[in-house]
Amino acid sequence: MHEGAAVPAWALIAYLVAGVCFILALRGLSSPESAQRGNRFGIAGMAIAVLTTLVTHVPELVSPCPQPPGGWRICGPRESFHLDALVLVEILIAIAIGAAIGLVTARRIAMTAMPQLVAAFHSLVGLAAVLVAAAAYLNPEAFGIAVRITPIYGPSIVNILPVSRVEMGLGAAIGAITFSGSVIAFLKLNGNMSGKPILLPARHVINLATLALILGLIGWFTQDQAPWVFFTICGLSFLIGFLLIVPIGGADMPVVVSMLNSYSGWAAAAMGFTLHNTAMIVTGALVGSSGAILSYIMCRAMNRSFISVIAGGFGGDAVAAGGGAAIDRPWKRGSAEDAAFLMSQAEQVIIVPGYGMAVAQAQHALREMGDLLKKEGVTVKYAIHPVAGRMPGHMNVLLAEANVPYDEVFELEDINSEFARTDVAFVIGANDVTNPAAKTDKSSPIYGMPVLDVEKAKTVLFVKRSMGGVGYAGVDNELFYRDNTMMLLADAKKMVEEIVKALG
Amino acid sequence: MDFISILSIFVLACFVGYFVVWGVTPALHTPLMAVTNAISSVIIVGALIAAAAAGAAGAKWLGLLAVVLASVNIFGGFAVTARMLAMYKKKERR
Repeated sequence: MHEGAAVPAWALIAYLVAGVCFILALRGLSSPESAQRGNRFGIAGMAIAVLTTLVTHVPELVSPCPQPPGGWRICGPRESFHLDALVLVEILIAIAIGAAIGLVTARRIAMTAMPQLVAAFHSLVGLAAVLVAAAAYLNPEAFGIAVRITPIYGPSIVNILPVSRVEMGLGAAIGAITFSGSVIAFLKLNGNMSGKPILLPARHVINLATLALILGLIGWFTQDQAPWVFFTICGLSFLIGFLLIVPIGGADMPVVVSMLNSYSGWAAAAMGFTLHNTAMIVTGALVGSSGAILSYIMCRAMNRSFISVIAGGFGGDAVAAGGGAAIDRPWKRGSAEDAAFLMSQAEQVIIVPGYGMAVAQAQHALREMGDLLKKEGVTVKYAIHPVAGRMPGHMNVLLAEANVPYDEVFELEDINSEFARTDVAFVIGANDVTNPAAKTDKSSPIYGMPVLDVEKAKTVLFVKRSMGGVGYAGVDNELFYRDNTMMLLADAKKMVEEIVKALG
Repeated sequence: MDFISILSIFVLACFVGYFVVWGVTPALHTPLMAVTNAISSVIIVGALIAAAAAGAAGAKWLGLLAVVLASVNIFGGFAVTARMLAMYKKKERR
């Protein structure tokens, strides 16, 4: 059997403890009060896992494999647990470099840029998984996944265990997909690449064929451990990650980011199988299911199937749907003063933020507006649609950054019934998630998507840059032409600042 | 550990993950992604093994590079999560 058993028992328990710490880290996120403690559990788990590995694997000297009688010998991790200073220093330097980059980035990053940061981090996990798989392939004995056969004549042969080859192949493939997919997601989110879907002809055929080829090669890998097999698996996986994400439009990015999150977990789990490491397997399963659940929540919030998101192509050119010619229909325009007056007279105002608020960085001005309204005795609440923004929970973080108390921020299902009892709904930078056509117009591409019932409020104030643009789904919004809607056409931040001035 | 024990751990952990993640409040979904990102860098364990092992120079360098990448993620992920979580405040009761 396998030499994973050569890892001492205390180390196995330590890895288990690390795994439990990671579970507690996620558990902490069930409420904002316990979340910070959860994060500390996560840090503790990681420290335990890293220290355990260092203590058990940094050698004093290269010790030869034990040689049982007969021609066979089985090599595993060394059993000497003294630390080699040079190796340790090299590793600590590597950690220090990573830590410096990570900490500086974490401190400097703007909260609005969180989706691209997360995408970038995913790509690193993916690439790390590929590198670990490649290292395990090149030095399988160090990972205890090989059998060395020493014939009487000729050089000895190192055979990687077939199970490990599958695990390693899968780990490398998922890691590579995560890497290249996340790089594309990053470029799209960061604006280096158009958010519009790029559609290749026959892309479904190409993608499916490539996937089949990768799986076939992983099967082949169990029979033949030649380098070309392993590295072709890696190469094709990098390619498929790129091909999979390129056709997906900007509005579907919340699903993509969650999906890549999931993949990075499965990559870690696959490597955990290779290393027989409990911490990695538990973490991989946690992260994998977390990303999968988030993708599911995002898809449900858009009333789209996961397959249709992955197939891509959504959110491209504007499709004229529902409501006829947009430009000809009458609509009302309001000023900042009108908005300020209406809201200060209201009993309750619900603010509906969307991606446009993030782009305009209007969250701080918005909170100031909320504070002034509260001073006037107005109840101010925030309504968040699950897919508002470019990643799950994006709006919540921005509002938290602007010091909006989290108990004023509500999810769709908790607040939707309140719009009917609300005087003013203030929509800022959101569009599709407020479109009543999703409830009524069967021909609309967003039909069936759960939306915020803003039109039920007595007055809707809709902040938008111009009347020309449509939401990411490319659908005209019914709401603009309603009698109770007043359009506030300006940059979101400027408009809110003017309202603040008018209120003050 | 044999393959079946490992598979059992994995399957049970998937269920734990399923229930724990459904318990996460939607307001914290962004920190959830950041922290899952950080913990998935536990893959550093594999990187450390490769970096510490003697015998294959190529594997060692790949390992060290993976240690750097995973460390960026670990430190960056936990730090940015902590930064986000520190911003979530309750309404001041007066």
